[in-house]
Amino acid sequence: MSILVNKNTRLLVQGITGHEGLFHTEKMVAYGTHVVAGVTPGKGGEWVLSGKIPVFDSVKIARNATGANTSVIFVPARFAADAIFEAADAGMELIVCITEGVPVSDMMRVRSFLDQKGVRLVGPNCPGLLTPSEAKVGIIPGNIAIPGNVGVVSRSGTLTYEVLYALKNLGMGVSTCVGIGGDPINGTDFIDTLEMFQEDPDTEKIVLIGEIGGTDEEQAAEYITKSVTKPVVSFIAGRTAPPGKRMGHAGAIVQGGTGLAEDKIKALENAGVKVADHPEQIPELL
Amino acid sequence: MKLHEVYSKRIFRDYGIPIPAGELATTDQEARQLAEKIGFPVVIKSQVLVGGRGKAGGIRVARTGEEAEKHARDILALTIKGLPVRMVLVDQAAEIKTEIYLGITNDRAARKPVIMASAAGGVDIEEVARETPEKIIKCQIDPLMGLQNYQSRDLAAGIDLPREHWRAFGKIAHGLWKAYWNSDATLAEINPLVITGGGELLAVDGKMVLDDNALFRHPDLEKLRDTDVDQETEIRARENGLSFIKLDGNIGCMVNGAGLAMTTMDIIKLFGGEPANFLDIGGGASAEKVAAALEIILSEANVKAVLFNIFGGITRCDLVARGILDALKSVKTEVPMVVRLVGTNAAEGRQLLKDADMETADTLAEAAQKAVAAAQSN
Repeated sequence: MSILVNKNTRLLVQGITGHEGLFHTEKMVAYGTHVVAGVTPGKGGEWVLSGKIPVFDSVKIARNATGANTSVIFVPARFAADAIFEAADAGMELIVCITEGVPVSDMMRVRSFLDQKGVRLVGPNCPGLLTPSEAKVGIIPGNIAIPGNVGVVSRSGTLTYEVLYALKNLGMGVSTCVGIGGDPINGTDFIDTLEMFQEDPDTEKIVLIGEIGGTDEEQAAEYITKSVTKPVVSFIAGRTAPPGKRMGHAGAIVQGGTGLAEDKIKALENAGVKVADHPEQIPELL
Repeated sequence: MKLHEVYSKRIFRDYGIPIPAGELATTDQEARQLAEKIGFPVVIKSQVLVGGRGKAGGIRVARTGEEAEKHARDILALTIKGLPVRMVLVDQAAEIKTEIYLGITNDRAARKPVIMASAAGGVDIEEVARETPEKIIKCQIDPLMGLQNYQSRDLAAGIDLPREHWRAFGKIAHGLWKAYWNSDATLAEINPLVITGGGELLAVDGKMVLDDNALFRHPDLEKLRDTDVDQETEIRARENGLSFIKLDGNIGCMVNGAGLAMTTMDIIKLFGGEPANFLDIGGGASAEKVAAALEIILSEANVKAVLFNIFGGITRCDLVARGILDALKSVKTEVPMVVRLVGTNAAEGRQLLKDADMETADTLAEAAQKAVAAAQSN
C-alpha cells in the first residue's frame, strides 16, 4: 500500500516532447511506471521513446484514448497554470506539477479553481512522487529508495533525496515519498499528506522535511497533536538563513519575524516530533 | 523585486488613485526648479529601497527654493543603511488630517490575496500587527472574482472611516486591487493614505513588491529594478540563472536545490564553520553554469574553502563533475575544494573527479567536516 501513486497509476506527461519532459519520461518508464500518453499541443500523432508512447494534442483526447488518470507536468512556467487547468478540466484525478517559477497569482487562481472542483494537485516546483517498486511520477531518482513503511513528505527536492538515500543506506524503506514543493502557494500541503499517511495502513512512521518561510510547519504541528498517532520525525532547513532574503525557493523567506526555523522546530517538538540536527540523523531518530 | 516609492505611486495613479503632484530629481538644481514649478511647501524624499528613510534624514519639507536646493543636496549626499541616494522625489506637501493604512498582500496560509486597512496609518504596519492586531481589518479576496464592493465597505466601516469618505475610499481600494493584480505584485501598500484638510483622500507614500516569477509578463516594470540593493555577485549570479546570496563566512557552497543549499549552510555551521554564501545552481545545470557559479564563489576574497554538494535528480552528476573540472581550467585557484556527488550518474561523476585528484566525500557530514578543516588550515 501507499498513497497517491501506485501500480494502477496510468500516467500522462504534459510537455513530453520538451527536453526535461522526455528525459524524465524515459526514467519513469524505466522504473516501471505505466506512462500511457504524452501531450504537446501541435504534436498530436507523433510517438516518443521509439514508438512506445503516443503524443496527443490535448489532455482530453489523450485521456479518452488511453484512460490516463494522473498527469505530470513539465511545461515552462508561463504555461503551467494553463496546463493544470486543462488537466483538471479533462478529469485527471491527480495532477503533479514539476515546473519551477510559476507566478504566485497564477497559483492563487489555480488553487481557487481546484478547490472548487475537488481535484488534487501536488506541486508546483516539486520533485513529484515516488512509491518504491510501484510508480515514480516526477524526477525523484528511483534508485535511492526501497519499499518500506516510512512515509516521507517534503517541501524540498534534493534535500528529500538526501533523506531517502540515508534511509536506504540503513535498509529502511519508504511507503510513498511526496514532494509538495517549495512555492508559497501550492496544491497539496503537509496536513493533506499527514492525513493520508495516517490513514494508510502500510505507513508506520512519517518523516516531515520543512524549511523556513510561511507557517505550514506550525500548522502541521498543530494537526499532528490533534490527529496523528504515528511517530513523526522532522528536519527543518534554514537555521542559518538571513531574514528578508529569498533562499532559492520562492516560499523560503523569513519575513516580518515569521517563518523562522527555530519557531517551526519548537512547534514540532511541542507536538512530540523528534527534530534532527541534520538530515543524516533522521534514520537514527526513526 | 521592490519598486521605488515614485514608481509605485505612478502605477497607483494609473489605476485612478490620487497622489500628490511630484517629479524625480537627481541634482539639487533640478530639485529646486521642480519645487518652484510644483509650488511650496514641498517634501523632498530620498528614493532608496529601505525602511526608516525619515529617521535617517532622508525626507524633509522645504518652504522656499533655497531650502529645496539645500535639502536635496544634503539628501543626495546620504547613504541610508548602506544604500546611496541617487534620486529624490519632489512631492507637493499635503495638509494631513488623518493617516490611514491600506495594503494588499498574499495570505500564504489562506492561498489568497488579503486586503488590510487600519486607522493607525503612517507607522510601521508590522509593529501594529504585533502590538495591536485588532486595529487591522482584513478581508480575503477570491482571485477568480476580484475585490467586491461590499468588501471595501466592510473595510471602511471596520476602521471607522467617516461615511462621506466611503465612496472615495472604495475607488482607491479597487484601484489598489487592480494595481496589485495586474502588476503581479506580492505587496501593494499605501501608507499613509491621508485625509487632507480639504477632505480629499491622497496616497502620500506607496510601496510595491513584484513577484520575480512573473516579471516575464512585465518587461516595462523590470526595467525599473534598482540594483543598488543587490550585491555585485548576486547580480552576476542572476544574469547566469543562479540563485546566490552572500553571507559572512569563509566556506563557499555550491549546491543543487534550495533546500539542500540551506541544509549545507546549516551543517557547515553545525560542524563549527561559517558559510560564505547560499548558492543553488538549480535544475539541469550545464557545465557553463557550474563554471560561472564557481567563478562567482571564488570572486569573494574571504572564501577559504569550497564545498560542492550535488545530489543528482534533474542535474546529472557527470555533467556537474565536468563543469567543475572545466571551471578549474579557466579559474586558477589555490582554494581547497571538497566535492560530494550522489544520485543520477554519480559513479561516472565521482570517477571523473578522482581522475583529476579532487577531494571527494560520501556523506554530508563527512563533506562538511572536511570543508571546515580545509578552511581552518588554509
